[in-house]
Formats: sequence, structure tokens, C-alpha cells
Amino acid sequence: MHPDLTPSQVRFGRPVGSSAVRGIISAAGYVPYRRLARADIAAFMGSGGGKGSRSVASHDEDTTTLGVEAARLAARSTAGITPDALWFATSSPAYLDKTNATAVAAALRLGSEVGAYDFGGALRSGIGCLVAALRGSGTTLVVGADMRDGLPTSGDESNGGDGAAAVLVGDGPDVLAEVVATASASDEFTDRWRAPGDRVSKLWEERFGENRYVALGLDATSRALAVAGFEMADVGRVIVTGMHTRSVGALTKKLGAPESALGDDLAMSMGQAGAAHPLLVLASVLESLGGESATPGMVIVLIHLADGADAVVLRTTGALAAWRPVRPVADQVAQGAPISYGKFLSWRGQLTPEPPRRPEPARVSSTAAHRNEDWKFGFVGSRDRVSGAVHLPPSRISMEGGALDDMESLPMSDAVGTVVTFTIDRLAYSPSPPIVFAIVDFDGGGRYPVELTDVDAAEIKVGSRVEMTFRRLFTADGIHDYFWKGRPVREKGSA
Amino acid sequence: MGSHGIRDRVAIVGMGCTPFAEHWEKGLDDLIVDASTEAFTSAAVTKDDVDAYWFGTAQSGMSGITLARPLQLRNKPVTRVENYCTTGSEALRAAAYAVASGAYDVAMAVGAEKVKDSGFQGLNAMNPPSDGTARTLTAAAMFSMVAPAYGQKYGVDDETMSDVLASIAVKNHYNGARNPRAQFRREITKETALKSPRLAGTLGVFDCAGVADGAAAAIVVRAEDALRYTDKPIYIKALSFAAGSGSGLIDPGYDYTHFPECEAAAADAYAQAGITEPRRQLAMAEVHDCFTPTELVLMEDLGFAPRGTAWKEVLAGTFALDGELPINPDGGLKSFGHPVGASGLRMFFECWLQLRHEAPAERQIATTDRGLAMTHNLGGYPGEMVSFVSVVGSELG
Repeated sequence: MHPDLTPSQVRFGRPVGSSAVRGIISAAGYVPYRRLARADIAAFMGSGGGKGSRSVASHDEDTTTLGVEAARLAARSTAGITPDALWFATSSPAYLDKTNATAVAAALRLGSEVGAYDFGGALRSGIGCLVAALRGSGTTLVVGADMRDGLPTSGDESNGGDGAAAVLVGDGPDVLAEVVATASASDEFTDRWRAPGDRVSKLWEERFGENRYVALGLDATSRALAVAGFEMADVGRVIVTGMHTRSVGALTKKLGAPESALGDDLAMSMGQAGAAHPLLVLASVLESLGGESATPGMVIVLIHLADGADAVVLRTTGALAAWRPVRPVADQVAQGAPISYGKFLSWRGQLTPEPPRRPEPARVSSTAAHRNEDWKFGFVGSRDRVSGAVHLPPSRISMEGGALDDMESLPMSDAVGTVVTFTIDRLAYSPSPPIVFAIVDFDGGGRYPVELTDVDAAEIKVGSRVEMTFRRLFTADGIHDYFWKGRPVREKGSA
Repeated sequence: MGSHGIRDRVAIVGMGCTPFAEHWEKGLDDLIVDASTEAFTSAAVTKDDVDAYWFGTAQSGMSGITLARPLQLRNKPVTRVENYCTTGSEALRAAAYAVASGAYDVAMAVGAEKVKDSGFQGLNAMNPPSDGTARTLTAAAMFSMVAPAYGQKYGVDDETMSDVLASIAVKNHYNGARNPRAQFRREITKETALKSPRLAGTLGVFDCAGVADGAAAAIVVRAEDALRYTDKPIYIKALSFAAGSGSGLIDPGYDYTHFPECEAAAADAYAQAGITEPRRQLAMAEVHDCFTPTELVLMEDLGFAPRGTAWKEVLAGTFALDGELPINPDGGLKSFGHPVGASGLRMFFECWLQLRHEAPAERQIATTDRGLAMTHNLGGYPGEMVSFVSVVGSELG
């Protein structure tokens, strides 16, 4: 660190395009498929709701699986760069004590040498991870994921959202946006709080938080810009995120940024996804600036309000023009499908519908799950080196020719396949029946019977295209059963 | 090496079968005692005359003690067997081989299942601890994928296919209505079948076997001893079994329109019994109609109709009680429900009645002069299946 700088101010004064540049190498957001129209809340309850919609994680998603999906997209959008650390931030962890980042790392098939750590609990943890990664060394995959709840009719219910983002931070010529400065303004005040075990937050009077957050945001932003040597007029994109909606709006106005610099914070279309949201919006901004019309040297300011304020100043590089994100946030936002308010409440445990009269599954065996980690978490099968037959799960003896122990590992999580036949099971146990189930033949070989998710039964037919997605099948004895399901491939522009 | 069978070396000389029903007032022990007692009486033996026992139950109990305790068998060799839905048939296969080997003079197979104590609908497997990646589908859903695949392959439109499947349900209910031991003793119309609620895919309630408790038992001896026990023994002509490798689930070549394990088991059984034209040589067949599409496909797997034609034969009534080859004259799983350990032996019981001309007049088949009857079980799912086939006959040679 430069001796002239305070711990909350770092400047990286390196030229654009330099191989010494540190910044963002890849970024992706994941917005779950379902959308709750806020107007549906008032239609049901008589109050609450609002305009626009919020994103809703499926019944088989949690913050770990959301994080996996975002990280997979980020990995696919960059050229084979492996992180040496994976940091996972959420305010809603699937496990306490047990690290959730290890499941994310397993699903990504990262090696055991990759340090996988959780930064859990606070809404500030996502931006904190990003700042720490930008100020640190090595290649770090920062994953933020969140699912936000509120009591029916509350502002948190409407304004919250579910989503995840992954930002790969490192050095070198692949950096899409270099970090120019960061600044933090930390403050101890009780505006929003939630006791361990509680599902929803409690809030102090809104005006108090606004008073604090606007001041903290202006402070952090002005210091970051000062260190960077920029004026607000130099800024090409500015985004403010945070769960304190009123402060986000007020600060955005007071920053005095040019109208053209104001980016979409996605609050209207998906809501604020807690600790993940600043990363998700950052990914969306980079996607909007990338491609053939990319402008190197554009200054981006990201400000997150949570128990203080953090400001990150970035500057785009020439590498952004060649970057091709595989599934931009904007496409995912556009391709969402509605969910009824009743279904939303049942998925969030607020309403308990009659379950199927079938036994609930037994808890997963930890030892069996660990032995089969590559299969269960990575969807890695095997291919017979002699016959080429694909085995899902992996097998020691081939179904064709009978070769023994002559298989190679075959990662299949990114394989796309075609529905050969399918059925709808109205009897089987599911947290959200009925189960839609398909026999899928993968491009390049291999067949597997997969449960489909993010799907309406009527949209599936023989020949439908399916991709794999990491999900939580059920939870028994507090152990989550993670495995892969299929979902329809939704090309850009399709609904 | 080879599968040689035990044709004409073992005879069934006594059988018992409880009514299959929701036996709220009878436990597993009661069902075992009822079926076994009927079999002992039928063969005119006591439990002490039986040298060895095989007990089939899928999940109503473990070890031979489950049979030895209710029957109060003292230090007899009693073995529990399990092999999915073929469990009851496996008990008989083991008992027959034991007698054929010369190890025992008299052996008994008992199959029983108490299904209705679980508090859940349908059959529910108790699975060992696992990594949590196995499918959670019901059997109905797995078998529901057969009908559309068959229809597409052979150009049978959805409406015709529904008609074919409803015809199978109507036939089996018709037969079951004439069987005092059946769970469902009511004829249904096609309209009833077609209008029933859908459970999985296009399968409705009337496409699925019922769920019942029950038990059945058989006593076997060497063929040359058979007439000492009964003047109308039935002789074992073939016992075959095939376990698939499970590869159908992951083999892109599998098309869900046939069950290779059943074809293999049938081919072996026909070779053992010397059958070349099963449709003409068999008087009847009891087949595993867990779901209506299963029975349809089995008509081809077992060689009763060429590929792609069974649906026409179904509509033509070929497999009706008075048809060319009566299938499931007792009403099948459709009418009996499926107490897993008992079903295979229940099928033998119908062969026993029919070949001995002891079935009630309203369901006695007219084809018994052919002298041969088949039973067929399958367990598991399309792509991952076990299959059993037997042939029994009323005469030696």
C-alpha cells in the first residue's frame, strides 16, 4: 500500500492496458427465472406491493445454488482463468458453521488448492469482498448471492429480490475494468437488524437511515474520486445500491452525476438482492458497456450503502470490446416468467400447502456424498476410452464392451441436450409438485433422466432443448441435498 | 455353461392365496398363516413335512424369522428373498431348485406383503443411505413414458392409444370382477377409465395397479413324488430370470417401447419348455400389468404379437378371457393390487386353478387343452429392470 494513503484509500495509478493492471477479468449476474409482480401483493392482501416486479428464487434454489449459477456464467464468459481463491458473500447462508463456498467450489470443479471462504451475515459482505479482492493480490472469484424476505405487504418483501453475481478479480491483460480507487466510510448505527434465526429484518425510522446514508455515501464517493483524480463530470456510469431505498434515490440525486451516467440499478425489474446486488449491477453495467461499441477509459463509480458506504472507481480497458458475456443480466431480466403471490408465499415458507402423501426423503449420507463429490456437485460422468460410451454417473465397467477401469472423467454440467421423452409426476414427493421429468440425450453423447425446473409443464415437448442447473433437491435433518436438474434453454429474446 | 432349466423335475402339489385387499384387521403374520395353512391343507401336509422354506417379501420384514415366527417353524432352513417385484416368484424359483437338486424332498415358497400399514398411498421403497442423486420418480411416472414412445414409433395416435390402454383396464377389471380373491371386483367401462384423474403423464387412476395386502404360498416336490400329494399336480416346465444392467436409463439407444429384460427372460423360458409358438401353445398367461402400457408392451416382449401390432390385438379382444390367448384371467395386478412379495405366487395360483379346472365357471378359460400356462413378473423401471418368466403344465412331457 502507498505510504501516503490511509487504509480506506488506495489508488492504483497504472496506465490503461498495462499488464500490471488489476481489476475485473469477468463478471456475471444470475437472476432466477420467476418474477412476482408487485401489484399482485396488493391484489391479494389489499395493501403493499408497488410497481414493477421482484425476482424470486425457485423452491429448489438457495444462496449457494444461486451463487453457483452466477459463477458458472462468469467462468464461461472468460477464457479458462482459474481463481486461486473463492469468496462467497451472503446475508442468507444455506449453512452456518459449515462453509458454503466449498459447495460452490465443488460445483465449479475448482481444485482443493483454491481457498474457499464465506463472508456471511451482513448486507455489507458482498461489497466488502469485492473491495478486498480489488485491493489484494492473486486471482479471486468473488461470489455474492442473496434471497431477501419481508413480511407480507412490507417494503422489504416488495423491494427485495433474489439473485447472485460473480466477479473474477485479478491482474493482467484480460482485465475488463481496472480499479482506480476505493473508499469506505464505516459507521455504527442501527437502521436495519435481524437476529440469527429470524427470517425478516426490522427497521428503524426511515428518515434516520436516510440522514446517515446520504452523508456517508457522499463522503466515500468524494474521497474515492479525489484519490482517483476524477470529478463527477468525468464519470461515465454511476450506480448506487442498498436496501435503504429512500437513501439510494436521495444519494443518486445529490451526487450530481450527469443524467447520461445514471445506470439501471435493476430495482424496478428484480428488486435489491441484498449482499449480491452491487456485484450484480456491476456485472450488468459492464455487459452494457462491452462488445463492439465498447469505450475504453470509461469511468464507473459503484456505491453500496450498508452500515456505511463503499465506493469503487473503475475504468474500462480495451479488453472490454472483445468480451462476450454468455448470458447478460438484461436478457435474464427480460426472460423471467410470472409466479403467483400464493406460490411465492409457499416457496418462502409463509404458506404451507398440502404435501403429496408420500414419505419425505431420508437425509443424504455425508460419506456417500463425499465419495461421489465430482458426480454430485460437478455432474462429472465417465467415458469409456474404448467404446466412447458415456456413463452417468461414472461407472468402473463399461456398458458397451465391458472394459474395466478404462474410463476418463467427463464433465457434463455445461452440456446441452434434447428431450427424448418426458412425463409429469403428480405423485412423487416434491416441495412444489408436480415434477416434470425428461429423458435427455446430450449433444456429444450421453443420456440421463433429469428432473426439470424453471419450467411450466405445457412448454416441454419431445425435442425441447435442455441445459443443466445446480439445485437443492430437498433438505432432511438440516442437510441440503444438492444435485443437478435440467431447465429449458431460453435463447435471447424468447419469453 | 448354459441355462438348462428343470423341466418336468419339480411339481407344485399345493397352493394357498389370501384375498388381496386392504386388510386393516390382518397383519403380516395373519396373512402368512392364512396362505400357508391353505397350502398345507391343499397338499395334505403339515409344516413339519416341509423340509425347507423360502419367504419372499420386499420390505415387510427381514430374514427367515419373519416366516419362522408366525408359523412357529423350529430350526428349519428358512430363507428370506427379495428381488423387487419378482420377489414372490423368486421364492418359488429357489424352492424348486432346492428340490430339483435333491437337497430336499419337500420345499415351500411363501410370499407376503403388508403394504397398507405405511400410511401412504402406493408402494414406497425404503432406500439405503445414498449420495442423494437418485431419481425420485414414482413407478407410474417412469412407465408413463412408454405409451407416448410406443405411439410415436408405431403411428398410434393419442386417441387410439387411450382406447387401447382403457381396453386393457376394462378387460382386467372384467376378469377381476369374477374372482372372489381380487381387491377390485367391479367391471368398469372405457369411459370410466378415460375420465379418471391423471396421476403421471397420461396415466390415470385406472391405468395403475391397485395397492393391497396379501399372501400366497406353494409347496413343491420332485415330479415323481407329485401324485402322492395330489392327483392334479402342475409341473414346472421353465423358470427363467433376467436382471438388466440398468444401462437403459443412460443408453441413448433405448427407446422405451420394449423391455429387453422381459424378452430375454421369455426367450430363456421358451427354450427350457420347448415352446416355439407361445401364442398358440400357451393356454393363458399371467403378466405383470403394473400399468396398462406395461401389459401392452409385454404382449410383444413375450412373443404374443409381432412388434407394433399388440395394440391392434388388444382392440380385437385377442387377450380377453374368451380370446385366443387369455391374459390375466384372474384380473391381474389391476384387480389384485400389488403386495410385492405375494404377487408372483398369486400368478401361479391362477395357473393352478385354471389348469386344474378349479376356477369359478364364470372365469374358467376354454384353452386349457393346450396344457401350458405362463407367469411373468417384472420389477424396477423401463431401462432398469428385473424379469421373471415361468411356464407350468398340467402334464409331464
